[in-house]
Amino acid sequence: MMGRRSPIRAGLLASPVSARIAEARGGLAGSRRARSHGGAPRTLVAVTFIVAALVALPILSVVASVLNPRTEVMAHLVSTVLGDILFNTFAIALVVVLGTGLIGVATAWLVTQCRFPGSGVFAWLLLLPLAIPGYIVGYAYADFLAFAGPLQTGLRETFGWGRGDYWFPDVFNVWGVGTMLALVLYPYVYLLARAAFLAHTATAFEASRALGRGPWYSFLRVALPLARPAIAAGIALALMEALADFGTVQYYGVNTFTTAIYRTWFGLGDKTAAAQLATGLLVFVIAIVAFERHSRGAQRFTAVGRSARPSPAFRLGGIRAALAMAACALPVLLGFVAPVLILLRLHFAGGDPILGGVFWRFASNSFILAGMAAVIVVAVALLLAYTMRLAPGRGLTGLVRFASIGYAVPGTVVAVGVLAPLGAFDNAFDSFMRSTFGVSTGLLLSGTVVAILFAYLVRFLAVAHGALESGFAKISRNMDDAARLLGQRPAGVVARIHAPLLRGSLGTAALIVFVDVLKELPATLIVRPFNFDTLAVRVYQLASDERLAQASTGALAIVAVALIPVILLMRVTARGENGGR
Amino acid sequence: MTDFKLHRTLLAGTVLAAGLVGLPALATAQSGELNLYSSRHYDTDEALYENFTKQTGIKINRIEAGADELIERMISEGANSPADVLITVDAGRLERADEAGLLQQFDSELLEERVPDYLQDSENKWFGFSKRARVIMYACDRVENPPQTYEALADEEWKGRVLSRSSTNIYSQSLTGSILAALGEEATEEWARGLSENFSRDPRGGDTDQIRAVAAGEGDLAISNTYYLGNLLRSDNPEDRAVAEKICVVFPNQDDRGTHVNISGGGIAANAPNPEAAKLFLEYLASDQAQQYFAEGNSEYPVVEGVAAPEWIQKLGEFKEDELSAETFAKNNPKALMLMDRAGWK
Repeated sequence: MMGRRSPIRAGLLASPVSARIAEARGGLAGSRRARSHGGAPRTLVAVTFIVAALVALPILSVVASVLNPRTEVMAHLVSTVLGDILFNTFAIALVVVLGTGLIGVATAWLVTQCRFPGSGVFAWLLLLPLAIPGYIVGYAYADFLAFAGPLQTGLRETFGWGRGDYWFPDVFNVWGVGTMLALVLYPYVYLLARAAFLAHTATAFEASRALGRGPWYSFLRVALPLARPAIAAGIALALMEALADFGTVQYYGVNTFTTAIYRTWFGLGDKTAAAQLATGLLVFVIAIVAFERHSRGAQRFTAVGRSARPSPAFRLGGIRAALAMAACALPVLLGFVAPVLILLRLHFAGGDPILGGVFWRFASNSFILAGMAAVIVVAVALLLAYTMRLAPGRGLTGLVRFASIGYAVPGTVVAVGVLAPLGAFDNAFDSFMRSTFGVSTGLLLSGTVVAILFAYLVRFLAVAHGALESGFAKISRNMDDAARLLGQRPAGVVARIHAPLLRGSLGTAALIVFVDVLKELPATLIVRPFNFDTLAVRVYQLASDERLAQASTGALAIVAVALIPVILLMRVTARGENGGR
Repeated sequence: MTDFKLHRTLLAGTVLAAGLVGLPALATAQSGELNLYSSRHYDTDEALYENFTKQTGIKINRIEAGADELIERMISEGANSPADVLITVDAGRLERADEAGLLQQFDSELLEERVPDYLQDSENKWFGFSKRARVIMYACDRVENPPQTYEALADEEWKGRVLSRSSTNIYSQSLTGSILAALGEEATEEWARGLSENFSRDPRGGDTDQIRAVAAGEGDLAISNTYYLGNLLRSDNPEDRAVAEKICVVFPNQDDRGTHVNISGGGIAANAPNPEAAKLFLEYLASDQAQQYFAEGNSEYPVVEGVAAPEWIQKLGEFKEDELSAETFAKNNPKALMLMDRAGWK
């Protein structure tokens, strides 16, 4: 066990001792709560509740269906395909949790703690898979690795083999899909784990080493527990996105909750049963996240001040350096380089004939939407995270957690969940205006940019909230208390204490939302205004016509455009949250 | 073909951050406009719509997405929905839109005359504007006596040799729905079970993937819509044309009910703000010239008699169609899907 907080270095609390201290802090929190509820933040709390409730509304409208009786269709599903769906969903979750955790943590550890040839470059190369939409990686690999694809065809032609003469790994199953998703989603874990390693381990790890513990022990018993909240947050994001995936699993013929939701809703025309399935998916996600939180208990890890110094790096040489390089290169090669090469091959074989002419219009639409969404989603996430810090109450916490579950819901379900309340509001307002003033207002929000931004908010709040929450968690509450004692109002605390310390988290949150919106498809497709096309929409149009080669051009354009925020992201996070290096 | 170069993309992306301009104006329903909710999106449609605007002065606003999603959007928008016309790529979705009360009845002598009865709704809520046949495709060099009926696909002889896409797909459902109408529920389920047992791999991908797999030898027979082969035949990509050359086509059930055909069609939205323009537009789609565009955009067959199919599609040959009303097999879809679930068609 590591020692108590070192008074000189950053104050880090861990394990049993910290649990006791955390308890004591709980007592203090009680007094703080009383104070904040008595003062100005009451309006803030009310506003936060309203905003969180609005964001939760679309999901709530889905979940409400559980109250409906079980339909005949549901009984049919249970007796035919449910077992398959459950197994596949569990298997994908397992592969994604283990895969993203392993890749994300190991690579983050290597690039923050070790020096080997290319370690500085790998630090940002490892983020590249963020720039490529998961479904596109899925399509690219499907094209390349299929029996009819160029690789197997080449093998057959070279060696004169026929069908069944040779063994080739089958990726068109649940394990293949899980691996592919893990390869594009690990950057979420990498990003957060890396920030945590930079912020914490500098001091704690050094202390552990100074006290005579070996590097493995120090990693497993000190660094890993300290970074656990960040790692868990990253894995949760990856898991949620994986479970919400429809494009890849559908194309690979792997039936999961998402494909079942689509079949039930559209094929069998039973919206109730579909919504019940969606709720089942949500319960699954909530259970996993709650389990992790519960097992983490009352541990709190905060760093005081900006004094953290970089830990002395392990210089790796020889075979160890080679292994480290391989470990960092492999995820980048498989998650980014290979799919991009496959897309390039498709593009040169027969790319999009018209994208050249309309590229600027589509790309600027994509960019504008992503920019606006990033600002709005981060602003709302900041409001929620800050109020939760100021007035931690079970009610608000629960509501915010629920509001940010939209990330685990398939995009189409979110989109329809957004359309319904907006349409209801528009029509109710219209008939009110008609009957009272004799004026028709038509659809005020539906079919406008407002509607689509709302959809993004519902879908991506979790991403921004996760980044900000872990940013806040790293700022000691003692600082808030000190600032308040010195006469700062809550807004002053945000402006003078939190904002400077959160700069990295805010940037990270905004850029991830930005990239996610660039790649987002179903909500954009359904909720967008008339005559409003984006790059992702263009890719969808060609891919849904099974014109994969033509779609590759637009896919490459998305990657090129998404590289900009990803590179910015690297710069934002380069120095670590608390001024690491 | 590849006039769009990658380095240009990269350059474009990099410079883009700098200069962004305002949002495009939001279109609203006004006179002289037509709001189209369409799940078709072929590059030739541009010319099709431009032509309509030239002829009538009516501007077309578009939202293109999957039909299921467009239907949900229309439901949510309710009485104030700006949608005038809904266009889908299959009869099943038109039927669903009608069942949700989203389409209005309208009478057009011109459409009655030009669109065959079995390709339109009995209450004139929707009309078909192009046809696609669901056929058996086989490897010309490996299969000597291909099955001549859908039913024969379930024969023992084809074990491990048949390729098909998932039962989630509406074309699988509509085909099964048409067989359901011909054979009844029990026999159809038996057929679906036999067929599933003959699959050479678990269903996945689209029709084009099945065609490619046959060409490569992963299976010998595929069930596919004609236009997917058509699009490969006229592709700019030599790899695509090489695939298409290895494929031969059987139009099934020529000695009895005929080959299953689905439609791409449209109807007027129940709350259309511009019903007159909507009617004009649908009538325009049945004109000779529009029929040609409409069919060529996706290598389909026109519905209007006397308008020739695209050249590269004519090569597949003449065939007898199953004249089962599109309405009937569309209504059978949910039943068909449940039956496929029970039969293990994934």
